Amino acid sequence: MAEKVLFKNVEDPKQYLIETSLKKGGYETLKKALGMTPDEVIDEVKASGVRGRGGAGFPTGLKWSFIPKFSEKAKYVCCNADEGEPGTFKDRVIIENDPHLLLEGICIAGYAIGATAGYIYIRGEFAFGAKRLEGAIAEAYKKGLLGKDIFGKGFDFDIYVHRGAGAYICGEETALIDSIEGKRGMPRIKPPFPALAGLYDGPTIVNNVETLSAIPYIVRNGGKAFGSIGPEKSPGTKIFNVSGHVEKPGSYELPMGTPLREIIYEHAGGIKGGRKLKAVIPGGASTPVLTPDEIDVHMDFDSVAAIGSMMGSGAIIVMDETACIVKSVLRLAQFFAHESCGKCSPCREGCTWMVDIIKDIEEGRGKEGDVDFLVSVSEGIFGNTFCPLGDGASMMVSGAINKFRDEFEYHIKNKKCMSAS
Amino acid sequence: MGVLSEKTVKKIVEVQKKYPTKRSAVLPSLYLAQEDQGYVTKEAMAEIARLLSVPPVQVYESATFYTMYNKKPVGRNHIQVCTNLSCSLLGAEHIVEYISKKIGVKVGGTTQDNRFTLKTVECLGSCGTAPMMQVNDDYHENLTEEKIDKILDSLD
Repeated sequence: MAEKVLFKNVEDPKQYLIETSLKKGGYETLKKALGMTPDEVIDEVKASGVRGRGGAGFPTGLKWSFIPKFSEKAKYVCCNADEGEPGTFKDRVIIENDPHLLLEGICIAGYAIGATAGYIYIRGEFAFGAKRLEGAIAEAYKKGLLGKDIFGKGFDFDIYVHRGAGAYICGEETALIDSIEGKRGMPRIKPPFPALAGLYDGPTIVNNVETLSAIPYIVRNGGKAFGSIGPEKSPGTKIFNVSGHVEKPGSYELPMGTPLREIIYEHAGGIKGGRKLKAVIPGGASTPVLTPDEIDVHMDFDSVAAIGSMMGSGAIIVMDETACIVKSVLRLAQFFAHESCGKCSPCREGCTWMVDIIKDIEEGRGKEGDVDFLVSVSEGIFGNTFCPLGDGASMMVSGAINKFRDEFEYHIKNKKCMSAS
Repeated sequence: MGVLSEKTVKKIVEVQKKYPTKRSAVLPSLYLAQEDQGYVTKEAMAEIARLLSVPPVQVYESATFYTMYNKKPVGRNHIQVCTNLSCSLLGAEHIVEYISKKIGVKVGGTTQDNRFTLKTVECLGSCGTAPMMQVNDDYHENLTEEKIDKILDSLD
Protein backbone atom coordinates (compact mmCIF):
# COMPACT_ATOMS: atom_id res chain seq x y z
CA MET A 1 0.00 0.00 0.00
CA ALA A 2 1.41 3.35 -1.03
CA GLU A 3 1.93 6.12 1.47
CA LYS A 4 -1.03 8.42 1.94
CA VAL A 5 -0.52 11.79 0.27
CA LEU A 6 -3.85 13.40 1.14
CA PHE A 7 -5.61 11.43 3.84
CA LYS A 8 -2.64 10.88 6.15
CA ASN A 9 -4.17 12.93 8.93
CA VAL A 10 -7.87 13.22 8.12
CA GLU A 11 -8.91 10.77 10.79
CA ASP A 12 -7.41 12.84 13.60
CA PRO A 13 -10.40 14.78 14.98
CA LYS A 14 -8.11 17.67 15.97
CA GLN A 15 -6.20 17.89 12.70
CA TYR A 16 -8.22 20.94 11.67
CA LEU A 17 -6.52 22.94 14.42
CA ILE A 18 -3.28 24.64 13.47
CA GLU A 19 -1.47 23.42 16.59
CA THR A 20 -2.07 19.80 15.59
CA SER A 21 -1.14 20.50 12.01
CA LEU A 22 2.12 22.24 13.00
CA LYS A 23 3.09 19.37 15.30
CA LYS A 24 2.83 17.02 12.33
CA GLY A 25 4.94 19.18 10.05
CA GLY A 26 2.24 21.43 8.64
CA TYR A 27 3.62 24.50 6.80
CA GLU A 28 7.18 23.15 6.94
CA THR A 29 7.01 22.50 3.22
CA LEU A 30 5.89 26.08 2.64
CA LYS A 31 9.04 27.18 4.44
CA LYS A 32 11.07 24.84 2.24
CA ALA A 33 9.36 26.16 -0.91
CA LEU A 34 10.10 29.77 0.06
CA GLY A 35 13.76 28.80 0.16
CA MET A 36 13.58 27.59 -3.44
CA THR A 37 13.09 29.73 -6.53
CA PRO A 38 9.58 29.79 -7.98
CA ASP A 39 10.90 27.97 -11.05
CA GLU A 40 12.36 25.23 -8.90
CA VAL A 41 8.95 24.72 -7.30
CA ILE A 42 7.25 24.56 -10.70
CA ASP A 43 9.91 22.12 -11.93
CA GLU A 44 9.23 19.84 -8.97
CA VAL A 45 5.50 19.90 -9.71
CA LYS A 46 6.23 19.19 -13.38
CA ALA A 47 8.55 16.32 -12.41
CA SER A 48 5.80 14.79 -10.26
CA GLY A 49 3.59 14.41 -13.31
CA VAL A 50 0.53 15.32 -11.21
CA ARG A 51 -2.56 15.86 -13.34
CA GLY A 52 -5.61 17.94 -12.35
CA ARG A 53 -7.88 16.08 -9.96
CA GLY A 54 -11.03 18.00 -10.86
CA GLY A 55 -11.64 15.63 -13.74
CA ALA A 56 -9.89 16.93 -16.82
CA GLY A 57 -6.46 15.56 -15.89
CA PHE A 58 -4.44 18.46 -17.29
CA PRO A 59 -0.78 18.42 -16.13
CA THR A 60 -0.61 20.83 -13.18
CA GLY A 61 3.03 21.87 -13.58
CA LEU A 62 2.43 22.75 -17.21
CA LYS A 63 -0.64 24.82 -16.24
CA TRP A 64 1.48 26.77 -13.75
CA SER A 65 4.22 27.33 -16.29
CA PHE A 66 1.74 29.12 -18.62
CA ILE A 67 1.56 32.00 -16.13
CA PRO A 68 3.63 34.89 -17.47
CA LYS A 69 6.60 35.76 -15.29
CA PHE A 70 5.98 39.47 -15.54
CA SER A 71 2.52 40.90 -15.39
CA GLU A 72 1.26 44.40 -14.73
CA LYS A 73 -1.88 42.92 -13.28
CA ALA A 74 -2.01 40.99 -10.02
CA LYS A 75 -1.88 37.21 -10.36
CA TYR A 76 -4.22 34.86 -8.53
CA VAL A 77 -4.64 31.28 -7.39
CA CYS A 78 -8.21 30.04 -7.42
CA CYS A 79 -8.92 26.87 -5.54
CA ASN A 80 -11.85 25.02 -7.02
CA ALA A 81 -13.82 23.65 -4.07
CA ASP A 82 -17.12 23.68 -5.92
CA GLU A 83 -17.32 19.87 -5.76
CA GLY A 84 -20.57 19.54 -7.67
CA GLU A 85 -20.11 16.53 -9.93
CA PRO A 86 -22.75 14.06 -8.72
CA GLY A 87 -21.03 11.20 -6.95
CA THR A 88 -18.11 13.33 -5.76
CA PHE A 89 -17.51 14.03 -2.07
CA LYS A 90 -13.72 13.92 -1.74
CA ASP A 91 -12.68 17.57 -1.39
CA ARG A 92 -15.06 17.95 1.51
CA VAL A 93 -13.06 15.36 3.49
CA ILE A 94 -9.88 17.43 3.16
CA ILE A 95 -11.61 20.78 3.73
CA GLU A 96 -13.37 19.66 6.89
CA ASN A 97 -10.60 17.55 8.40
CA ASP A 98 -7.27 18.93 7.20
CA PRO A 99 -7.85 22.48 5.97
CA HIS A 100 -4.25 23.52 6.69
CA LEU A 101 -2.97 20.97 4.16
CA LEU A 102 -5.00 22.77 1.51
CA LEU A 103 -3.95 26.24 2.68
CA GLU A 104 -0.31 25.21 2.55
CA GLY A 105 -0.78 23.90 -1.00
CA ILE A 106 -2.43 27.14 -2.09
CA CYS A 107 0.37 29.23 -0.55
CA ILE A 108 3.03 27.18 -2.34
CA ALA A 109 1.13 27.54 -5.63
CA GLY A 110 0.86 31.29 -5.02
CA TYR A 111 4.59 31.57 -4.46
CA ALA A 112 5.39 29.48 -7.54
CA ILE A 113 3.38 31.68 -9.90
CA GLY A 114 4.02 34.98 -8.13
CA ALA A 115 0.43 35.53 -7.00
CA THR A 116 -0.65 38.01 -4.38
CA ALA A 117 -3.81 36.26 -3.25
CA GLY A 118 -5.75 33.04 -3.40
CA TYR A 119 -9.51 32.61 -3.44
CA ILE A 120 -11.09 29.36 -2.34
CA TYR A 121 -14.33 28.99 -4.25
CA ILE A 122 -16.40 26.66 -2.09
CA ARG A 123 -19.88 25.51 -3.02
CA GLY A 124 -22.51 27.33 -0.99
CA GLU A 125 -23.97 24.18 0.54
CA PHE A 126 -20.67 23.42 2.30
CA ALA A 127 -21.43 25.93 5.04
CA PHE A 128 -19.57 23.86 7.61
CA GLY A 129 -16.56 23.50 5.31
CA ALA A 130 -16.51 27.25 4.69
CA LYS A 131 -16.50 27.87 8.45
CA ARG A 132 -13.67 25.38 8.91
CA LEU A 133 -11.64 27.16 6.24
CA GLU A 134 -12.34 30.61 7.67
CA GLY A 135 -11.22 29.35 11.07
CA ALA A 136 -8.05 27.79 9.64
CA ILE A 137 -7.22 30.96 7.70
CA ALA A 138 -7.62 33.10 10.83
CA GLU A 139 -5.28 30.75 12.71
CA ALA A 140 -2.70 30.91 9.93
CA TYR A 141 -2.73 34.73 9.94
CA LYS A 142 -2.20 34.73 13.70
CA LYS A 143 0.87 32.53 13.30
CA GLY A 144 2.21 34.70 10.49
CA LEU A 145 1.79 31.89 7.96
CA LEU A 146 -0.43 34.10 5.83
CA GLY A 147 -0.22 37.82 5.28
CA LYS A 148 2.97 39.86 5.04
CA ASP A 149 6.52 38.55 4.80
CA ILE A 150 5.77 34.87 5.45
CA PHE A 151 8.68 33.09 7.20
CA GLY A 152 10.63 36.33 6.82
CA LYS A 153 11.20 35.50 3.15
CA GLY A 154 9.54 38.60 1.76
CA PHE A 155 6.56 36.72 0.37
CA ASP A 156 3.14 38.33 0.97
CA PHE A 157 0.06 36.23 0.40
CA ASP A 158 -3.60 36.37 1.39
CA ILE A 159 -6.27 33.70 1.17
CA TYR A 160 -10.01 34.40 1.09
CA VAL A 161 -13.02 32.11 1.09
CA HIS A 162 -15.70 32.85 -1.48
CA ARG A 163 -18.94 30.90 -1.20
CA GLY A 164 -20.84 29.86 -4.28
CA ALA A 165 -24.61 29.74 -4.11
CA GLY A 166 -25.86 26.57 -5.76
CA ALA A 167 -24.71 26.42 -9.38
CA TYR A 168 -22.93 23.32 -10.71
CA ILE A 169 -21.64 25.31 -13.66
CA CYS A 170 -19.32 27.26 -11.35
CA GLY A 171 -17.07 24.21 -11.20
CA GLU A 172 -16.03 25.19 -14.74
CA GLU A 173 -12.98 27.40 -14.29
CA THR A 174 -14.09 30.49 -16.18
CA ALA A 175 -17.61 30.37 -14.69
CA LEU A 176 -15.93 30.07 -11.30
CA ILE A 177 -13.93 33.21 -12.02
CA ASP A 178 -17.06 35.10 -13.07
CA SER A 179 -18.76 33.98 -9.89
CA ILE A 180 -15.93 35.35 -7.72
CA GLU A 181 -16.33 38.60 -9.65
CA GLY A 182 -19.96 38.66 -8.46
CA LYS A 183 -21.50 37.76 -11.79
CA ARG A 184 -23.71 34.92 -12.94
CA GLY A 185 -21.46 31.90 -13.40
CA MET A 186 -21.29 31.51 -17.13
CA PRO A 187 -18.32 30.00 -18.96
CA ARG A 188 -16.24 32.44 -20.96
CA ILE A 189 -15.12 31.74 -24.46
CA LYS A 190 -11.46 30.67 -24.60
CA PRO A 191 -8.95 31.99 -25.50
CA PRO A 192 -7.88 33.93 -23.59
CA PHE A 193 -7.23 31.20 -21.05
CA PRO A 194 -7.22 32.12 -17.35
CA ALA A 195 -3.41 31.77 -17.30
CA LEU A 196 -3.27 34.98 -19.33
CA ALA A 197 -6.50 36.77 -18.40
CA GLY A 198 -8.42 35.20 -15.54
CA LEU A 199 -9.65 36.67 -12.28
CA TYR A 200 -9.89 40.48 -12.53
CA ASP A 201 -8.16 40.01 -15.89
CA GLY A 202 -4.96 38.94 -14.16
CA PRO A 203 -3.01 35.74 -14.85
CA THR A 204 -4.78 33.04 -12.86
CA ILE A 205 -4.49 29.35 -12.13
CA VAL A 206 -7.56 27.38 -11.14
CA ASN A 207 -6.80 24.08 -9.41
CA ASN A 208 -8.94 21.54 -7.63
CA VAL A 209 -8.71 21.01 -3.84
CA GLU A 210 -7.26 17.53 -4.25
CA THR A 211 -4.59 18.78 -6.67
CA LEU A 212 -3.49 21.64 -4.41
CA SER A 213 -3.51 19.38 -1.35
CA ALA A 214 -1.00 17.07 -3.08
CA ILE A 215 1.47 19.94 -3.56
CA PRO A 216 2.98 19.88 -0.04
CA TYR A 217 3.82 16.17 -0.47
CA ILE A 218 5.36 16.81 -3.88
CA VAL A 219 7.52 19.72 -2.75
CA ARG A 220 8.50 17.99 0.51
CA ASN A 221 9.43 14.60 -0.98
CA GLY A 222 10.31 15.65 -4.50
CA GLY A 223 8.35 15.20 -7.69
CA LYS A 224 9.96 11.81 -8.23
CA ALA A 225 8.50 10.36 -5.04
CA PHE A 226 4.99 11.29 -6.13
CA GLY A 227 5.68 10.20 -9.69
CA SER A 228 6.75 6.76 -8.53
CA ILE A 229 3.26 6.00 -7.22
CA GLY A 230 0.88 4.52 -9.80
CA PRO A 231 1.22 4.56 -13.59
CA GLU A 232 3.90 6.69 -15.21
CA LYS A 233 1.50 8.92 -17.14
CA SER A 234 -1.13 9.22 -14.41
CA PRO A 235 0.93 9.19 -11.25
CA GLY A 236 0.16 9.68 -7.60
CA THR A 237 -2.61 8.61 -5.32
CA LYS A 238 -6.23 9.44 -6.05
CA ILE A 239 -9.25 9.73 -3.84
CA PHE A 240 -11.99 7.46 -5.15
CA ASN A 241 -15.53 8.11 -4.00
CA VAL A 242 -17.74 5.05 -4.08
CA SER A 243 -21.49 5.47 -3.75
CA GLY A 244 -24.69 3.68 -4.69
CA HIS A 245 -25.27 -0.05 -4.23
CA VAL A 246 -22.16 -1.06 -2.30
CA GLU A 247 -21.71 -2.35 1.25
CA LYS A 248 -19.19 0.29 2.30
CA PRO A 249 -19.61 3.52 0.38
CA GLY A 250 -16.97 6.14 1.11
CA SER A 251 -13.76 7.94 0.17
CA TYR A 252 -10.70 5.79 -0.47
CA GLU A 253 -7.24 7.15 -1.21
CA LEU A 254 -5.49 4.57 -3.39
CA PRO A 255 -2.70 4.53 -5.94
CA MET A 256 -3.83 5.79 -9.30
CA GLY A 257 -4.41 2.80 -11.55
CA THR A 258 -6.04 0.59 -8.91
CA PRO A 259 -8.42 -1.77 -10.75
CA LEU A 260 -12.08 -0.73 -10.55
CA ARG A 261 -12.97 -4.28 -9.50
CA GLU A 262 -10.66 -4.05 -6.49
CA ILE A 263 -12.12 -0.68 -5.48
CA ILE A 264 -15.69 -1.97 -5.63
CA TYR A 265 -15.23 -5.46 -4.23
CA GLU A 266 -12.39 -5.03 -1.75
CA HIS A 267 -12.39 -1.44 -0.55
CA ALA A 268 -16.11 -0.74 -0.84
CA GLY A 269 -17.07 -4.21 0.37
CA GLY A 270 -18.81 -5.44 -2.78
CA ILE A 271 -22.39 -5.11 -3.99
CA LYS A 272 -25.04 -4.42 -1.39
CA GLY A 273 -26.83 -7.53 -0.17
CA GLY A 274 -24.69 -9.74 -2.41
CA ARG A 275 -26.79 -8.74 -5.43
CA LYS A 276 -25.53 -8.73 -9.01
CA LEU A 277 -23.67 -5.77 -10.47
CA LYS A 278 -25.40 -4.12 -13.42
CA ALA A 279 -23.54 -0.92 -14.24
CA VAL A 280 -20.84 1.42 -12.94
CA ILE A 281 -20.37 5.11 -13.61
CA PRO A 282 -16.59 5.45 -13.22
CA GLY A 283 -15.92 9.16 -12.79
CA GLY A 284 -19.00 11.20 -11.94
CA ALA A 285 -22.29 11.90 -13.69
CA SER A 286 -20.68 13.17 -16.91
CA THR A 287 -18.75 9.98 -17.65
CA PRO A 288 -20.08 7.13 -19.83
CA VAL A 289 -21.33 4.11 -17.89
CA LEU A 290 -19.42 0.80 -17.81
CA THR A 291 -20.79 -2.75 -17.80
CA PRO A 292 -19.71 -5.52 -15.37
CA ASP A 293 -17.35 -7.03 -17.96
CA GLU A 294 -15.39 -3.77 -18.08
CA ILE A 295 -14.55 -3.39 -14.40
CA ASP A 296 -11.05 -4.82 -14.69
CA VAL A 297 -10.06 -1.42 -16.04
CA HIS A 298 -7.33 0.37 -14.12
CA MET A 299 -8.56 3.62 -12.64
CA ASP A 300 -6.29 6.24 -14.16
CA PHE A 301 -6.90 8.94 -16.75
CA ASP A 302 -5.52 7.03 -19.74
CA SER A 303 -6.78 3.51 -19.00
CA VAL A 304 -10.39 4.60 -18.53
CA ALA A 305 -10.19 6.82 -21.62
CA ALA A 306 -8.90 3.83 -23.58
CA ILE A 307 -12.19 1.99 -23.02
CA GLY A 308 -14.29 4.99 -24.04
CA SER A 309 -15.11 6.57 -20.70
CA MET A 310 -13.36 8.91 -18.26
CA MET A 311 -11.90 8.67 -14.79
CA GLY A 312 -13.18 12.20 -14.20
CA SER A 313 -13.21 13.12 -10.54
CA GLY A 314 -12.95 9.47 -9.45
CA ALA A 315 -16.62 9.35 -8.42
CA ILE A 316 -17.72 5.75 -8.82
CA ILE A 317 -21.48 5.22 -8.76
CA VAL A 318 -22.42 1.56 -8.53
CA MET A 319 -25.76 0.20 -9.71
CA ASP A 320 -26.92 -3.33 -9.00
CA GLU A 321 -29.48 -5.46 -10.85
CA THR A 322 -32.42 -3.67 -9.21
CA ALA A 323 -31.50 -0.31 -10.76
CA CYS A 324 -33.36 0.91 -13.83
CA ILE A 325 -30.96 2.37 -16.36
CA VAL A 326 -33.62 4.50 -18.04
CA LYS A 327 -34.71 6.00 -14.73
CA SER A 328 -31.09 6.62 -13.70
CA VAL A 329 -30.29 8.30 -17.01
CA LEU A 330 -33.44 10.41 -16.68
CA ARG A 331 -32.37 11.53 -13.22
CA LEU A 332 -28.94 12.60 -14.47
CA ALA A 333 -30.36 14.24 -17.59
CA GLN A 334 -32.68 16.27 -15.35
CA PHE A 335 -29.64 17.34 -13.37
CA PHE A 336 -27.83 18.62 -16.47
CA ALA A 337 -30.95 20.39 -17.77
CA HIS A 338 -31.37 22.08 -14.38
CA GLU A 339 -27.73 23.11 -14.18
CA SER A 340 -27.24 24.29 -17.75
CA CYS A 341 -26.42 27.98 -17.40
CA GLY A 342 -28.38 28.87 -20.54
CA LYS A 343 -25.59 30.68 -22.32
CA CYS A 344 -25.43 28.48 -25.41
CA SER A 345 -28.39 26.88 -27.14
CA PRO A 346 -27.12 23.34 -27.86
CA CYS A 347 -26.80 22.73 -24.11
CA ARG A 348 -29.77 24.81 -22.93
CA GLU A 349 -32.24 23.40 -25.47
CA GLY A 350 -30.61 20.02 -26.00
CA CYS A 351 -30.54 19.00 -22.34
CA THR A 352 -34.23 19.83 -21.99
CA TRP A 353 -35.06 17.89 -25.14
CA MET A 354 -33.18 14.87 -23.84
CA VAL A 355 -35.14 15.01 -20.57
CA ASP A 356 -38.45 15.17 -22.48
CA ILE A 357 -37.61 12.14 -24.62
CA ILE A 358 -36.23 10.03 -21.76
CA LYS A 359 -39.20 10.98 -19.58
CA ASP A 360 -41.59 9.73 -22.25
CA ILE A 361 -39.67 6.47 -22.50
CA GLU A 362 -39.50 6.05 -18.71
CA GLU A 363 -43.19 6.82 -18.19
CA GLY A 364 -44.47 4.47 -20.89
CA ARG A 365 -45.14 7.02 -23.64
CA GLY A 366 -42.09 6.07 -25.71
CA LYS A 367 -42.47 5.53 -29.45
CA GLU A 368 -40.46 3.53 -31.91
CA GLY A 369 -37.58 5.67 -33.14
CA ASP A 370 -37.29 7.61 -29.86
CA VAL A 371 -33.91 6.10 -29.06
CA ASP A 372 -32.47 7.20 -32.40
CA PHE A 373 -34.02 10.62 -31.89
CA LEU A 374 -32.38 10.82 -28.47
CA VAL A 375 -29.02 9.87 -29.97
CA SER A 376 -29.38 12.60 -32.60
CA VAL A 377 -30.13 15.26 -29.96
CA SER A 378 -27.18 14.06 -27.88
CA GLU A 379 -24.88 14.21 -30.91
CA GLY A 380 -26.14 17.72 -31.63
CA ILE A 381 -24.89 18.89 -28.24
CA PHE A 382 -21.49 17.21 -28.20
CA GLY A 383 -18.64 19.47 -29.25
CA ASN A 384 -20.95 22.40 -29.91
CA THR A 385 -20.95 24.13 -26.55
CA PHE A 386 -18.85 26.77 -24.75
CA CYS A 387 -17.96 24.43 -21.92
CA PRO A 388 -17.92 20.73 -21.04
CA LEU A 389 -21.32 20.71 -19.27
CA GLY A 390 -23.15 19.91 -22.49
CA ASP A 391 -20.51 17.39 -23.51
CA GLY A 392 -20.92 15.66 -20.16
CA ALA A 393 -24.70 15.42 -20.56
CA SER A 394 -24.27 14.11 -24.08
CA MET A 395 -21.59 11.54 -23.17
CA MET A 396 -23.69 10.29 -20.27
CA VAL A 397 -26.79 9.75 -22.45
CA SER A 398 -24.97 8.37 -25.51
CA GLY A 399 -22.85 6.11 -23.30
CA ALA A 400 -25.92 4.62 -21.62
CA ILE A 401 -27.59 3.97 -24.97
CA ASN A 402 -24.43 2.33 -26.32
CA LYS A 403 -24.30 -0.09 -23.44
CA PHE A 404 -27.94 -0.53 -22.49
CA ARG A 405 -29.95 0.14 -25.62
CA ASP A 406 -32.00 -2.99 -24.94
CA GLU A 407 -33.34 -1.46 -21.71
CA PHE A 408 -34.53 1.65 -23.53
CA GLU A 409 -36.18 -0.47 -26.25
CA TYR A 410 -37.78 -2.74 -23.63
CA HIS A 411 -39.31 0.32 -21.93
CA ILE A 412 -40.75 1.50 -25.25
CA LYS A 413 -42.19 -1.89 -26.19
CA ASN A 414 -43.44 -3.05 -22.81
CA LYS A 415 -44.19 0.30 -21.14
CA LYS A 416 -42.31 -0.88 -18.08
CA CYS A 417 -38.87 -1.53 -16.75
CA MET A 418 -36.81 -4.67 -17.30
CA SER A 419 -35.64 -4.71 -13.73
CA ALA A 420 -39.17 -4.36 -12.30
CA SER A 421 -40.24 -7.89 -13.26
CA MET B 1 -33.83 54.20 5.13
CA GLY B 2 -32.98 50.75 3.94
CA VAL B 3 -34.54 47.43 4.88
CA LEU B 4 -31.36 45.81 6.13
CA SER B 5 -30.28 46.01 9.76
CA GLU B 6 -27.41 48.24 10.74
CA LYS B 7 -25.37 45.16 11.62
CA THR B 8 -25.88 43.66 8.16
CA VAL B 9 -24.99 46.92 6.45
CA LYS B 10 -21.76 47.00 8.44
CA LYS B 11 -20.96 43.46 7.41
CA ILE B 12 -21.61 44.31 3.76
CA VAL B 13 -19.19 47.22 4.01
CA GLU B 14 -16.67 44.95 5.71
CA VAL B 15 -16.89 42.07 3.20
CA GLN B 16 -15.87 44.34 0.32
CA LYS B 17 -12.34 44.42 1.72
CA LYS B 18 -11.81 40.85 0.52
CA TYR B 19 -11.98 41.91 -3.09
CA PRO B 20 -10.42 44.46 -5.45
CA THR B 21 -13.83 45.22 -7.02
CA LYS B 22 -17.11 46.09 -5.33
CA ARG B 23 -19.10 43.84 -7.60
CA SER B 24 -17.33 40.78 -6.17
CA ALA B 25 -19.13 41.47 -2.90
CA VAL B 26 -22.52 40.82 -4.52
CA LEU B 27 -22.68 37.11 -3.61
CA PRO B 28 -21.60 37.46 0.04
CA SER B 29 -23.89 40.48 0.43
CA LEU B 30 -26.86 38.49 -0.81
CA TYR B 31 -26.09 35.82 1.82
CA LEU B 32 -25.94 38.52 4.49
CA ALA B 33 -29.28 39.95 3.36
CA GLN B 34 -30.81 36.48 3.40
CA GLU B 35 -29.52 35.87 6.90
CA ASP B 36 -30.99 39.19 7.96
CA GLN B 37 -34.43 38.81 6.41
CA GLY B 38 -34.89 35.07 5.91
CA TYR B 39 -35.01 35.54 2.15
CA VAL B 40 -33.78 38.03 -0.41
CA THR B 41 -36.31 40.77 -1.07
CA LYS B 42 -36.20 43.14 -4.02
CA GLU B 43 -35.77 46.01 -1.58
CA ALA B 44 -32.72 44.29 -0.11
CA MET B 45 -31.29 43.78 -3.60
CA ALA B 46 -31.70 47.49 -4.29
CA GLU B 47 -30.04 48.37 -1.03
CA ILE B 48 -27.09 46.07 -1.77
CA ALA B 49 -26.72 47.78 -5.16
CA ARG B 50 -26.58 51.18 -3.43
CA LEU B 51 -24.10 49.99 -0.82
CA LEU B 52 -21.80 48.48 -3.46
CA SER B 53 -22.33 51.27 -5.99
CA VAL B 54 -23.24 48.79 -8.72
CA PRO B 55 -26.28 48.92 -11.03
CA PRO B 56 -29.28 47.16 -9.42
CA VAL B 57 -29.49 44.72 -12.32
CA GLN B 58 -26.09 43.29 -11.40
CA VAL B 59 -27.43 42.31 -8.00
CA TYR B 60 -30.75 41.10 -9.39
CA GLU B 61 -29.19 38.90 -12.06
CA SER B 62 -26.98 37.11 -9.56
CA ALA B 63 -29.75 36.80 -6.98
CA THR B 64 -31.96 35.10 -9.55
CA PHE B 65 -29.24 32.96 -11.17
CA TYR B 66 -28.08 31.20 -8.00
CA THR B 67 -30.56 28.78 -6.45
CA MET B 68 -29.44 29.20 -2.85
CA TYR B 69 -30.84 32.69 -2.61
CA ASN B 70 -34.47 32.34 -1.62
CA LYS B 71 -36.54 34.84 -3.52
CA LYS B 72 -39.62 33.83 -1.51
CA PRO B 73 -39.97 33.30 2.23
CA VAL B 74 -39.14 29.83 3.54
CA GLY B 75 -40.06 28.15 6.80
CA ARG B 76 -37.86 28.27 9.90
CA ASN B 77 -36.50 24.89 8.93
CA HIS B 78 -35.67 24.68 5.26
CA ILE B 79 -35.52 20.97 4.41
CA GLN B 80 -33.69 20.15 1.19
CA VAL B 81 -33.55 16.48 0.23
CA CYS B 82 -30.97 15.40 -2.34
CA THR B 83 -32.60 13.32 -5.06
CA ASN B 84 -29.65 12.94 -7.41
CA LEU B 85 -28.55 9.47 -8.54
CA SER B 86 -26.55 8.14 -5.57
CA CYS B 87 -29.27 9.21 -3.13
CA SER B 88 -32.03 8.06 -5.46
CA LEU B 89 -30.49 4.56 -5.73
CA LEU B 90 -30.71 4.33 -1.95
CA GLY B 91 -34.29 5.49 -1.59
CA ALA B 92 -34.35 9.30 -1.73
CA GLU B 93 -37.83 9.27 -3.28
CA HIS B 94 -39.18 7.37 -0.32
CA ILE B 95 -37.47 9.83 2.03
CA VAL B 96 -39.17 12.74 0.25
CA GLU B 97 -42.57 11.01 0.41
CA TYR B 98 -42.10 10.18 4.06
CA ILE B 99 -41.21 13.75 5.04
CA SER B 100 -43.96 15.15 2.88
CA LYS B 101 -46.56 12.98 4.65
CA LYS B 102 -45.10 13.64 8.05
CA ILE B 103 -45.18 17.41 7.82
CA GLY B 104 -48.23 17.54 5.57
CA VAL B 105 -46.92 19.60 2.64
CA LYS B 106 -45.99 18.78 -0.91
CA VAL B 107 -42.51 19.39 -2.31
CA GLY B 108 -42.06 23.14 -2.65
CA GLY B 109 -44.55 23.90 0.10
CA THR B 110 -44.31 25.47 3.55
CA THR B 111 -46.33 24.36 6.58
CA GLN B 112 -48.96 26.80 7.79
CA ASP B 113 -47.16 27.36 11.07
CA ASN B 114 -44.09 28.31 9.01
CA ARG B 115 -42.10 25.59 10.73
CA PHE B 116 -41.00 23.65 7.63
CA THR B 117 -40.36 24.17 3.94
CA LEU B 118 -39.73 21.02 1.91
CA LYS B 119 -37.69 21.04 -1.29
CA THR B 120 -35.79 18.54 -3.40
CA VAL B 121 -32.34 19.56 -4.61
CA GLU B 122 -29.48 18.39 -6.79
CA CYS B 123 -26.37 16.61 -5.50
CA LEU B 124 -25.10 18.03 -2.20
CA GLY B 125 -21.74 16.22 -2.27
CA SER B 126 -22.65 13.68 0.36
CA CYS B 127 -23.10 10.61 -1.84
CA GLY B 128 -21.18 8.21 0.40
CA THR B 129 -23.67 8.79 3.19
CA ALA B 130 -26.83 8.64 1.09
CA PRO B 131 -29.70 9.21 1.43
CA MET B 132 -29.27 12.64 2.92
CA MET B 133 -30.87 16.02 3.44
CA GLN B 134 -29.85 19.48 4.46
CA VAL B 135 -31.88 21.41 7.04
CA ASN B 136 -30.85 25.06 6.97
CA ASP B 137 -27.03 24.83 7.10
CA ASP B 138 -26.79 21.34 8.58
CA TYR B 139 -26.26 18.06 6.74
CA HIS B 140 -28.12 14.96 7.96
CA GLU B 141 -26.83 11.76 6.43
CA ASN B 142 -27.60 8.01 6.21
CA LEU B 143 -31.28 8.81 6.68
CA THR B 144 -33.88 6.31 7.87
CA GLU B 145 -37.50 6.94 8.87
CA GLU B 146 -36.53 6.76 12.56
CA LYS B 147 -33.71 9.21 12.06
CA ILE B 148 -35.97 11.65 10.23
CA ASP B 149 -38.52 11.45 13.04
CA LYS B 150 -35.85 12.29 15.57
CA ILE B 151 -34.39 15.15 13.56
CA LEU B 152 -37.67 16.81 12.62
CA ASP B 153 -39.18 16.38 16.10
CA SER B 154 -36.15 18.10 17.63
CA LEU B 155 -36.52 21.18 15.42
CA ASP B 156 -38.25 24.28 16.65
